[in-house]
Amino acid sequence: MSRALRSAAGAALVAAGLFLPLVGARIDQAGSAIFLTWHPWPVLLMVAGVFTARLAWLRAPRWRPAPLPRPAGRIGARVLIGLALVFPLLPGVQRYQLDLGVLVLTYVILGLGLNIVVGLAGLLDLGYVAFYAVGAYVFALVSGAFGLGFWTCVPISFFAAAICGVLLGFPVLRLRGDYLAIVTLGFGEIVRIILLNFVSLTGGPNGISGIPRPTLFGLGFGAGNGAGSFAGFFGLPASSLYRFGFLYYIVLGLALFVAFVTHRLRRLPIGRAWEALREDEVAARALGINTTRTRLSAFALGAGFGGLAGAFFATRQGFISPESFTFMESAIILSIVVLGGLGSQIGVALAALVMSGGFELARDFAEYRMVVFGAALVAIMVLRPRGLAGARAPSVTLGPPARIDPGLLASGRG
Amino acid sequence: MRGFNRQQEGTTGLGYALQQTINGLTLGLIYGLIAVGYTMVYGIIGMINFAHGDVFMIGAFLSLTALVGLSMLGVSSVPLALGLTLIFAVALAALYGWTIERVAYRPLRGSFRLAPLISAIGMSILLQNYVQLAQGPRLKPLMPMLPGGLVLGQGADGFAVSLSWMQITIAVVTLAVLGAFGWLVRATALGRAMRACEQDARMAAFLGIDVDRTISLTFVIGAGLAAVAGLLFLLYYGVIDFFIGFVAGVKAFTAAVLGGIGSLEGAVLGGLLIGLVETFWSAYFSVQYKDVAAFSILILVLLFMPTGLLGRREIEKV
Repeated sequence: MSRALRSAAGAALVAAGLFLPLVGARIDQAGSAIFLTWHPWPVLLMVAGVFTARLAWLRAPRWRPAPLPRPAGRIGARVLIGLALVFPLLPGVQRYQLDLGVLVLTYVILGLGLNIVVGLAGLLDLGYVAFYAVGAYVFALVSGAFGLGFWTCVPISFFAAAICGVLLGFPVLRLRGDYLAIVTLGFGEIVRIILLNFVSLTGGPNGISGIPRPTLFGLGFGAGNGAGSFAGFFGLPASSLYRFGFLYYIVLGLALFVAFVTHRLRRLPIGRAWEALREDEVAARALGINTTRTRLSAFALGAGFGGLAGAFFATRQGFISPESFTFMESAIILSIVVLGGLGSQIGVALAALVMSGGFELARDFAEYRMVVFGAALVAIMVLRPRGLAGARAPSVTLGPPARIDPGLLASGRG
Repeated sequence: MRGFNRQQEGTTGLGYALQQTINGLTLGLIYGLIAVGYTMVYGIIGMINFAHGDVFMIGAFLSLTALVGLSMLGVSSVPLALGLTLIFAVALAALYGWTIERVAYRPLRGSFRLAPLISAIGMSILLQNYVQLAQGPRLKPLMPMLPGGLVLGQGADGFAVSLSWMQITIAVVTLAVLGAFGWLVRATALGRAMRACEQDARMAAFLGIDVDRTISLTFVIGAGLAAVAGLLFLLYYGVIDFFIGFVAGVKAFTAAVLGGIGSLEGAVLGGLLIGLVETFWSAYFSVQYKDVAAFSILILVLLFMPTGLLGRREIEKV
C-alpha cells in the first residue's frame, strides 16, 4: 500500500469519527420522546469524499497560480466598467437581472469600503455591517422625520456612519489586529441588539417601512405615467423597468464614485501610509507616520462608504429591519474582500460578482450554501491567501535597480 | 437566564442577590472552561481560535447524542450515563479540535497576519452550518437529569435560596477538570513543552521539542475542555441549538481577555466575573441587553486594561 493510500485511509478514518456521531445519528423528537435516528448513507458518502479528496490532494501536482499582471488589471477594469454601464440596455435584461445587478453592485460598494479598512490599512473589521446598518437606519429615520429626499439624505448617511466609525475607532484603534477584530465584532452585535430592542425609535424586529424612493430632479418612478413621473415627463409608456434601471444607475454611480475615490487616495500620501501600516506597523511608525490618525482615516472612510451602501439599501428595499444586519453579512462582505485579494479593487468587484451571483444561483440549495461558503473561506486562505486577483503588491514601488558593471560605466551608461 | 427556582417576588432582598451569585458563578464556571481553550491557543500561537465556540457547541451536541443513545440502550444510572457521555464527548470533540488545527490553521502558519483569523471565521461558519444541516435548525431539548437540590435558607422576605444538584455537579466537574488540567500544565512533560512553546517556539524547537505536536495537543486539550463545558451547558439549560457557540464563544473570549490572555487562572477568574455580570445584569436591569453588557465589558477592558487582570505586559519585538 503506497504512502498516499495510507494517508488517505487515515483521513477517511478520522472523517468517519467526525461524521458518524453528528451526521449518522440525528437527534429527533416526537412528542416528549427524544430518540436517535440513523443516517448511515450520508456518512459513507462523506467519508468516501474525504478519501478521494485526500488522495487527489496528494497525487495532484502543486498548483501555483501566478498573480494577474498589472496592465491586465487596468484593461480588465475598463472592460468591467463598460459592461456595467451598458448592462441594462442589453437585450434580455429584465427586472430580475437588473435586481441582481443592483445586489451585486451594493456588495461591490460594501466590498470596496471594507477593502480600505482590511485590504489597504490591514485592520480586520468584523463588525462592518454595523456601519451599513447605521447608514440604512439614519436614512430611514431622517427621511421619515424631516421629509427629506434620497439625494439629501445620502451624504447625511455617509457622515453619520463615518462619525460612528471615528467614535468607535478612536478608542479601539490602538489595539492589536486580532483584538480589534473581536471588538468590532462586539460593536456590530451591540448595534444589532440596540436596533432590535430600541422599539420606540427603530421599530424593533418589525423594522421601518415606507422609506421614500429616490427621484430624478423631482420625477418619481412610481407606476403609471402621470404628470410628476419620469415616464410621464418624457412621454414614455408606463413601465416599472425604469425604476429598476434608475436604481441600477444610482448604485453603479455610487460604486464608481467609491472606486474612484479609493483609487486616487491610494496614490496620495494617506493611501501610501495605509499600505505602509499594513505591511509593517513598527517600520511605519519609525518613519514618522501617525498611526492613530492614519488608521482612523481608513476606518472612517470605510465606515462612510458602508453608510452609503446602507442608505442605498434602505431606499431600494423601502423597508429595513435588524435581520438584514447580522454577523453573517459582515462575514460575507469580508469574504468578498478576501476572495478579491485584500487590496485589489478589481478583485473586489469580481469577487462581489462571483459571491452574490453564486449565492443567487445556489438559492435552491440554501441549506448547503453556507457550508460551502465557510469551507470556501478556509480553502481560499489555505490555497490562495492572496485571493483571486492577488494584488497585494504595494501601490507605489521603486523601479528595478540600476545595473552597474565596469563595461556599462566605461561606455557612460552606468 | 433560566436559573433554578427563580421567583418574581422579592427581587430586592439579600436572598435574591445570593441566589443570583450562585447562578452567576455556575454560568461563570462554564465560561471559564471555554475561556481556557482560547487563552491556551492564543498563548501558544498568538491567534484567536474563532471556531472554539463552535467546538463547544459540537461538544454539547455530542453529549446530547450520547445521552439519548445511552437512554435508548437502557442505561438508567445517571452517574454512569454522565461519565460515559463525558468520555465520548471529550474524545470526539478533541478529534474535531485536532482536525480543525490540521486542516485550517497549520497550513497557514507563517502566512500573513490576518490569514489564520479569516480561516478560523470560515471554519466557524462551516461548523455552525454543518451542524444545522446534520441535526436540523430546531432547539434540541433534554429531559432534566438531576432535579431538585438543597435549600440553603430563607431570607426575611420569604425568598428561598437554593443550590441545585445540577449546580453542585457543574462546580465539582469543572473544578476537577481544571485541577487536572492545571496539574498537566504544571507538572508533566507536555505541560513543560506547552509553556516552552508559548515563550519561544523557535527556541523550543532547537531544544528538541516537537512544536507541531505540542500545538496539536494544545488544540486537542482545549477542545476537550470545551466539550466538558458543552455537556455542562446542556445539562444546565436543557436545550441547545447550532447557534449557542457564537455568543458563548464571544463571552468566553471576553473572559479570557478580562483575565489576561495567556493566563490560565485569569481565564477562569474572567469566566466567573463575566458569568456574575451577565446574571446580575439580567436579574436587575434587562434581559434583552445582557449580551450588550458582556460585549461592553470586552471593549472597556481592552481599552483601559489591555493586559487584563492577571496578564503579562506584551512586549512587541521587531
